[in-house]
Amino acid sequence: MALLELEHVSKDFGAIRALSDVSFSIEPGQVVGLMGDNGAGKSTLVKIISGIYQPTGGQVKFEGQPAHIHSPGEARRLGIETVYQDLALADNLTAAANIFLGRELKYNFGPFRFLRHRAMNARAAELFAELKSETRADDLVRQMSGGQRQAVAIARTRLADAKLILMDEPTAAISVRQVAEVLSLIHRLKDAGIAVILISHRMPDVFAVCERVIVMRRGSKVADKPIADTSPEEVTALITGAREAA
Amino acid sequence: MADQTVQGFSNVRRTRFWQRGFLASQSAYVLLALVVLIVVMSIASPQFLTGGNVANIVRNFSFIAIATLGMTLVIITGGIDLSVGSTIALTATVTSLTMGGLNAAGFHPFPGSALIISVGAGLLTAAAIGFFNGFAIAKLKLSPFVTTLGTLSIFRGITYTLTQGRGTFPAGPDKELFVTLTSGRLFDIVPMPFVYLLGCAIVMWLVLNHTAWGRYVYAIGGNESAGRLTGVRVDRVKIQVYIICALAAGANGIIISGWLGSAPANLATAYELTIIAAAVIGGANLAGGIGGAAGAIIGCILIEVIRNGLVLARVDPYWQQALVGVIIVAAVLVDRLRSLRSS
Repeated sequence: MALLELEHVSKDFGAIRALSDVSFSIEPGQVVGLMGDNGAGKSTLVKIISGIYQPTGGQVKFEGQPAHIHSPGEARRLGIETVYQDLALADNLTAAANIFLGRELKYNFGPFRFLRHRAMNARAAELFAELKSETRADDLVRQMSGGQRQAVAIARTRLADAKLILMDEPTAAISVRQVAEVLSLIHRLKDAGIAVILISHRMPDVFAVCERVIVMRRGSKVADKPIADTSPEEVTALITGAREAA
Repeated sequence: MADQTVQGFSNVRRTRFWQRGFLASQSAYVLLALVVLIVVMSIASPQFLTGGNVANIVRNFSFIAIATLGMTLVIITGGIDLSVGSTIALTATVTSLTMGGLNAAGFHPFPGSALIISVGAGLLTAAAIGFFNGFAIAKLKLSPFVTTLGTLSIFRGITYTLTQGRGTFPAGPDKELFVTLTSGRLFDIVPMPFVYLLGCAIVMWLVLNHTAWGRYVYAIGGNESAGRLTGVRVDRVKIQVYIICALAAGANGIIISGWLGSAPANLATAYELTIIAAAVIGGANLAGGIGGAAGAIIGCILIEVIRNGLVLARVDPYWQQALVGVIIVAAVLVDRLRSLRSS
């Protein structure tokens, strides 16, 4: 059974059609690249799956059930986590505080609920160890490098038992060495049986980790094929429109 | 290939303890300045550390400090509330008017009842003002500066309309109790306003540092969209913050009117500037994300110690305002130099 299915999904912003009739499905544990030029509709698609936008038409199914994902919280409850392009981190908080933002661990003290600082720091440290990152749980994000920030954003997705992780341009703003780092993180997610949708401009990244690639152009899906059956040249042609469809 | 590429993010150096937490904050520097100032003052003037003078200082800074706590919350979320002076006046006026009205109507079923009802009416007014500000800012997405500049004028205008520009006076059987609770002293030593301030500050510290709500307040100031994306109910928290700020200002208004024995229609005019100054001196960052209860109080004490010191030193008290301005700039400058050095 497919993990995520999109059936004829479209999205309008007023008179502008950002997505039109997009259908595809993702199997559990599959790493799929989502490519397309700026304005092709990748981010809109991600925001629909992660609950920020509602589709204007069509429907989204998760684990076979029609899913109405009204909010990022709802997406998380289903097991969909997102690493946003700008990472969505609050600079003035610690790594642990960012990881647990919106789902803090608390204990009851009479009618009050207080934070379990130590438990959250310990769990965050565990996650960083799992990701083989030296990021410290109680350091402020303000003082961190691009790679460390990425590690915090990815660690956040590992907090709950995610089944699908959306990554929006995770390698856009970091150094070459850190790119290798993030790609190995994706491999580790796949090994753990987690499906990943990787949105990227970088052809080498997609060809290094994905088993399938979906290409978008002007709000429509123009290709959806196994990596083994395609080439960077073909994907480039599809993105730019030099080839209509594959 | 996965594991060979991983050497970890090794450009990580542990920051030293004095570069972290409270010790690294502007509040700590200002506290140091305050201690130095107090030492200098007590050497320069034998009157400075007398019991009576200390009690005066404590009472005077408590008059604005509760409102400064509320203001600090708003500033942490990256907002500003210019309407606190008007909120102080309107809350005090409504409280006085209600007490006077209950007295005229002869409504007094049990001792303290008139006081409870009138303070309740005052705080309800304050909460309504805060909701108005918060709703306009969080839901209608108006700029906090412009919104509260507007409500500054609106609620001052309503205060003048209600009173025709005259002062109102708390009256009736509960007046004695009201005066005792607002300008009396606990155990004949500690001024009551300071007791309330201490209570509020402890609650605020606890909430900011040890609850999820407090963390959301900081997160909104640090990166509002990150808060939204991670499921924080940003709009709700913002509205709550403005309500708390207005309630804090209103509480200060009630306390001041109790001490004065009246609520003049021009009460607390331009206090918003002193309150914002105290918050900023105490380390609240107007860009959002940084600030705390301790800093707010330190800022208030510093302003009052300077004012008091100038009076004791027989310096023209009009210099106070200029000096407070100098300290605001100096405090921000020191913070700027420090962050330049560490980055």
